[in-house]
Parts: sequence; C-alpha cells; structure tokens
Amino acid sequence: MPVKLINEENRTTAMLSGEIDHHNAKGLRLEIDFTVREEQPKELILDFSDVGFMDSSGIGLVMGRYKLMKEIGGKVTVRNPSVQIKKVMKISGIDRLASIQNSQENKK
Amino acid sequence: MKTLNEMKISFKSKSENEGFGRTAVCAFAALLDPQIEDIADIRTAVSEAVTNCIVHAYRETEGVIEITARILEGNEIYIRVKDRGCGIPDISRAMEPLFTTAPCEERAGLGFAVMESFMDNLKVKSTVGKGTVVTMRKKLGGNNE
Repeated sequence: MPVKLINEENRTTAMLSGEIDHHNAKGLRLEIDFTVREEQPKELILDFSDVGFMDSSGIGLVMGRYKLMKEIGGKVTVRNPSVQIKKVMKISGIDRLASIQNSQENKK
Repeated sequence: MKTLNEMKISFKSKSENEGFGRTAVCAFAALLDPQIEDIADIRTAVSEAVTNCIVHAYRETEGVIEITARILEGNEIYIRVKDRGCGIPDISRAMEPLFTTAPCEERAGLGFAVMESFMDNLKVKSTVGKGTVVTMRKKLGGNNE
C-alpha cells in the first residue's frame, strides 16, 4: 500500500503516493486508521507531495480521517496537494475543514 | 459537430480498471495536444464516471463498462460512459452534490459535481433495471500555434 506513516510525539504524518481513487482508498483508510487509533495523535498530516492524481474518492478519504480525528479531539492538515488535487478539494469545501499547507511552490 | 476521430473500449467493472479507463481516454484526448489542466480535468471526470459504474451501477454484481470517445471539429472531445447496471431512479437527486447512496463506504457524493465542474457539458440518461449513459464534452484550448 502506497502510504508511509511517520509517528512523532502528538503528530502522525501519512506520506501518500501514487494515485488516490476508489480502488486504493480503502486500503489507505485501513492503514491510516490503524495507526491513528494506536498513536492517538493531536494532528494527522496527510502529505500529498507524491500524489499524482486524486478523484472524489480521495475527498471521502480526507473527510473520513477528519471525522476520526475530530472523534479523538485532533485535527487534520493537508500538505502539498497538486493543482489538480486542490481543484477537486475546492469542489468539496474541504478547505474549510482541514488546513491546507503548501511547504513548496507547486506549479504542476 | 463533425466527428474527426473515435475510439471505443469496454472493460469489466473491476475497481482495478478505474486507472485504465481514465488513462485510456486521456491517451486519446492527447491527440488534441491539450493543456495540462484540460487533461487533468478529463482524467478526473472520467474517473468519477467509471467509479460510479463500479460502485453503484454494478454494486453487487459485475458488468461491462463501455467508453466511447470522439474528437469533434473545433478541438472538442466527447466522452460517453455507458453501463447496463441498475440504473438511477431519481437522476436529479443523484446529481445533487453530497448526495450518496453509499455513505458507509466514505463516498463523498461529489462524482457528478466534479464531472459538471470539470467538463463543459454533462448529460445523464438512465432507466432503472437497464442502465445509465453519461455523456460529457469539453472544448480544449490546445497548445498548437
């Protein structure tokens, strides 16, 4: 499964990669949730630096993680989504729920 | 609009074919030498349509998804995604953003909203018990000249 999970004190980072669609969203969900439930971080960072494509199945994935983190009193940060991914996120209004960080200028 | 070129593919409604479906249509659209943003829009819209067939049309079964794509005069692409699945009882309801019949699977209910936003023109025809046809068009900016 193309996700690398990094656990630090109070923060879990999910380094996602490849393409996020209905086919692989479930596997990502299971891996991320397993770690979040174990570690109980205050912040879950979903890092999209290495994600070339995402459709609205990815929105479901982010929304579900947002709900899970809310359950445990934490928050979600979306990091480095590409132009295409930001466009899909804008339709969903998810930028109003999770903070979106761009740690590098991404002109792609 | 006159059809200058056409392709047709069909494949089983397996989720591993979602990537194939969107990539195949993009490979065909590439003949128009489109802008990166336009190809990304097409890739996303087709992914949504194909996913709808897999998640909803053929929910408990497996069927065939047919995609026809045409290059029309005036730098326009026409895409038709057809299934013979369960059909949509209330199309306008189905097209409402955030409405989904599969909330437990973390479906955002945004497939049609994405298609409508990313393509120029979206039409949905469906008959319960027979299937659904989604057609969309996009006029491409083009990189030539």
